[in-house]
Amino acid sequence: MPLLSIKNLSIEFPGRYETDYAVEGVSFDLEPGEILGLVGESGAGKSTIGNGIVKLLSPPGRVSRGEIYLNDSKISDFNDKQILQVRGSRVGFIFQDPMTSLNPLFTVENQLVETITTNLDIGPKEAARIAVDLLDQVGIPEPDIRIKQFPHQFSGGMRQRVVIAIALAGEPELLIADEPTTALDVSVQDQILSLIRKLCHERQVGCLLVTHDMGVIASVTDRVAVMYMGRLVEIGKTREVLTNPQHDYTKSLISAVPRANIKVDRFPLVEYIETTEKGLKHIDVSSHWLGQGDRHEKIENLLEISNLNLSFITRDAILAKNRKYLQATKDVNLVIKAGESFGLVGESGSGKSTIARMVAGLQQPDSGSIKFAGVELVENPDRAAVQKARQEMQMVFQNPYSSLNGRMKVNDIIAEPIRFHKLAPAEQVLHIVGDLLDHVGLGRQMGRRYPHEFSGGQRQRISIARALASRPRLLICDEPTSALDVSVQAQILNLLKDLQDELGLTMLFISHDLPVIRQMCDRVAIMRHGRILETAETERFFEHPQNAYSIELLDLMPRFDVIYENEAAAQP
Amino acid sequence: MANGTWQRILESDLVHYYKRDKIAIAASSVFLVLALMALFSPIIAPFNPYDLTQIDLMDSEMPPAWLEGADERFLLGTDDQGRDLWSTILYGMRVSLLIGVCAVLLQAAIGIVIGLVSGYVGGRVDNILMRIADVQLSFSTLMVAIIVLAIVKNAFGGETYSNWAMLILILVIGLAEWPQIARTVRSSVLAEKEKEYVDAAHVMGFGPVRIMFKHILPNCLSPIFVIATVQIANAIITEAALSFLGLGMPVTEPSLGSLISIGKEYLYSGSWWITLIPGFFLIIIVIAINLMGDFLRDVFNPRLYKG
Repeated sequence: MPLLSIKNLSIEFPGRYETDYAVEGVSFDLEPGEILGLVGESGAGKSTIGNGIVKLLSPPGRVSRGEIYLNDSKISDFNDKQILQVRGSRVGFIFQDPMTSLNPLFTVENQLVETITTNLDIGPKEAARIAVDLLDQVGIPEPDIRIKQFPHQFSGGMRQRVVIAIALAGEPELLIADEPTTALDVSVQDQILSLIRKLCHERQVGCLLVTHDMGVIASVTDRVAVMYMGRLVEIGKTREVLTNPQHDYTKSLISAVPRANIKVDRFPLVEYIETTEKGLKHIDVSSHWLGQGDRHEKIENLLEISNLNLSFITRDAILAKNRKYLQATKDVNLVIKAGESFGLVGESGSGKSTIARMVAGLQQPDSGSIKFAGVELVENPDRAAVQKARQEMQMVFQNPYSSLNGRMKVNDIIAEPIRFHKLAPAEQVLHIVGDLLDHVGLGRQMGRRYPHEFSGGQRQRISIARALASRPRLLICDEPTSALDVSVQAQILNLLKDLQDELGLTMLFISHDLPVIRQMCDRVAIMRHGRILETAETERFFEHPQNAYSIELLDLMPRFDVIYENEAAAQP
Repeated sequence: MANGTWQRILESDLVHYYKRDKIAIAASSVFLVLALMALFSPIIAPFNPYDLTQIDLMDSEMPPAWLEGADERFLLGTDDQGRDLWSTILYGMRVSLLIGVCAVLLQAAIGIVIGLVSGYVGGRVDNILMRIADVQLSFSTLMVAIIVLAIVKNAFGGETYSNWAMLILILVIGLAEWPQIARTVRSSVLAEKEKEYVDAAHVMGFGPVRIMFKHILPNCLSPIFVIATVQIANAIITEAALSFLGLGMPVTEPSLGSLISIGKEYLYSGSWWITLIPGFFLIIIVIAINLMGDFLRDVFNPRLYKG
């Protein structure tokens, strides 16, 4: 008898134009003590299932069809009052962001005791004892002291442990964990996952783990269900699904995960999710406007940065000695050779984006020098030369939803730099824009639309086309794919690689994602607290890191070992 | 091309939610009818209240047609000078709406430029401009208007003042209320300028004026529409209040406010209609505009759940 049994579940969101079917005909079972991973990309309906089980759908969403059984009780028929008895006491929830899922005005003890006394028939004294016990079980040291503290006194990982303790407080039969580690650092992620796994096995609690991350699936789940556009496309033992996927979608999803162990030329099989238009005119770069910029003399070092410093004032004061600063970059030196792809890696706050912003002229450094093709960009009185140099470097931004002006048509967005800088005769501009749209895989007829009509990946293509419209020599990519789903990420990375090959672009590629860096970059610099710790050839960096911090980072890098082992076995 | 734009408008959220919001439909229909009536008042009105030859003092204080002693020529009766009240109200609405709309256009012109510059440039410029706005706001609009109008009236004499009254009212109301719009614009600029499309425009080498007006301003239009609607209603009320105090439109070219003011002296002598009927029209116009403003605010504020 399964713990949770979902039969033919459909969930719909009646909308303005049509009803949106978020989940369609999904059926699966979950055994006690088992962890079932629910994986899929954004919009696949995986979180909706989790919320639908306990009727936490945001309006106007509703379960339109299907049955949900929890240990023989048909909870899909429960009314609002009955389902209250299920939430907390029979089904525990772990949410994505531990920063917001705890109430900041109450101590951890308040929140735990409240959950225990509401769900179990226990007095407050006994509940407090159980609470301490629970904290101990989730691995919080000195639980009797820590329990009196407020959520803000805990770190992110510790908070997520508290959330898990609260989820377990009602002694639930089922645990629903919705992206439980997405908001956490890589190092903490691992601990939380093993904790969930341990607790589920010890207490024989079933767990439905919703995630978009194949690495999480590979490391913790027993079985995995793959969702695609509201449907369940594949379900099976995690190892079998990952090593021998049956459905095309699963195959393309797995192939799209950037590999940490070897560099591949392109991501194969990623056309499944968002097919690019077929039959687009592929322009011949050598004869096209795009390839005919000003003839540049050969230059070895396209970008030279030396002793770059920038600090932000974090506390202002009238007296200089009372001011507090945050050193965003400290004596940064780096050289990017023409034609190469240079990676800048580091955790958030390490100063890597700040460097990009200074190179692009969005931020003025305090001191130091940035030389682009021999032209000094910092405090150069020759404004015209700086302006000209800046025009030859373009940027692709992180968030495709905010980097395009929503009030302009795509044609106008891409044409604007060409028209503004008078790079082409007016009558040719629209033709060139069409060619660019074809070239990035969108198709010229898309130019008449507005940005909101496109998906994130398509918008990033528009963003790339816009950057190309100035015929840049240096393309700065600031986390260009971190807001995208993994399969779309693979497509965009493929596109960037192709463009680099064809146009001989030099690329400054910024990312926190080591496997992506490995796939994209020739050389890499690693940053921490505004300093560059190590600069090396990518392959040497990944195989033989020199710096202690690099070694630590590489060690924590999410791996996808199951599949690699299998491939190694397949190639004797 | 034009077809596509039309299609886009028809499919927009604005039209969609408009169609299912009965209050918005009612309010905008009422407003449209009143505005059209005001616009075509020379055609609709049976008399021209500005034409002295059509006025006969013998007809003064006639009650509306449905009361005893009425003259059937005057549907809503006459005022103290024998003008047909219905015609005078139509002409008066035209004056009120014209002043309201023009004053808000002036406010918007000043407020948008100052708000954009303040939000975009930031720092000291922002501080100075916003402190000026604070000082401006700390005087009540009515107080400023009364002082300015009283000075102008005394300095140039009643005759000159009457000739220029409408322009002066527009200037005074427009100049007194710009901080409302400037603040709204500034706050949306602050939000918009952090977005990456503004950075992208910088990287492409565009100048600040182009970025402000071509990239940021179009993305700030929704809140401007909302506040401008409400401001029109406010300007109409301000004008009415000033006219009521005898500082607005002259008796010879009455606005709704001046009509109400004229009538107040006859309120207790039985001729209530001279005050109450124009007052009723004023209330209807202002309520209709405010309800339209509420509707726009609801549509443009994505945080409100719309079922």
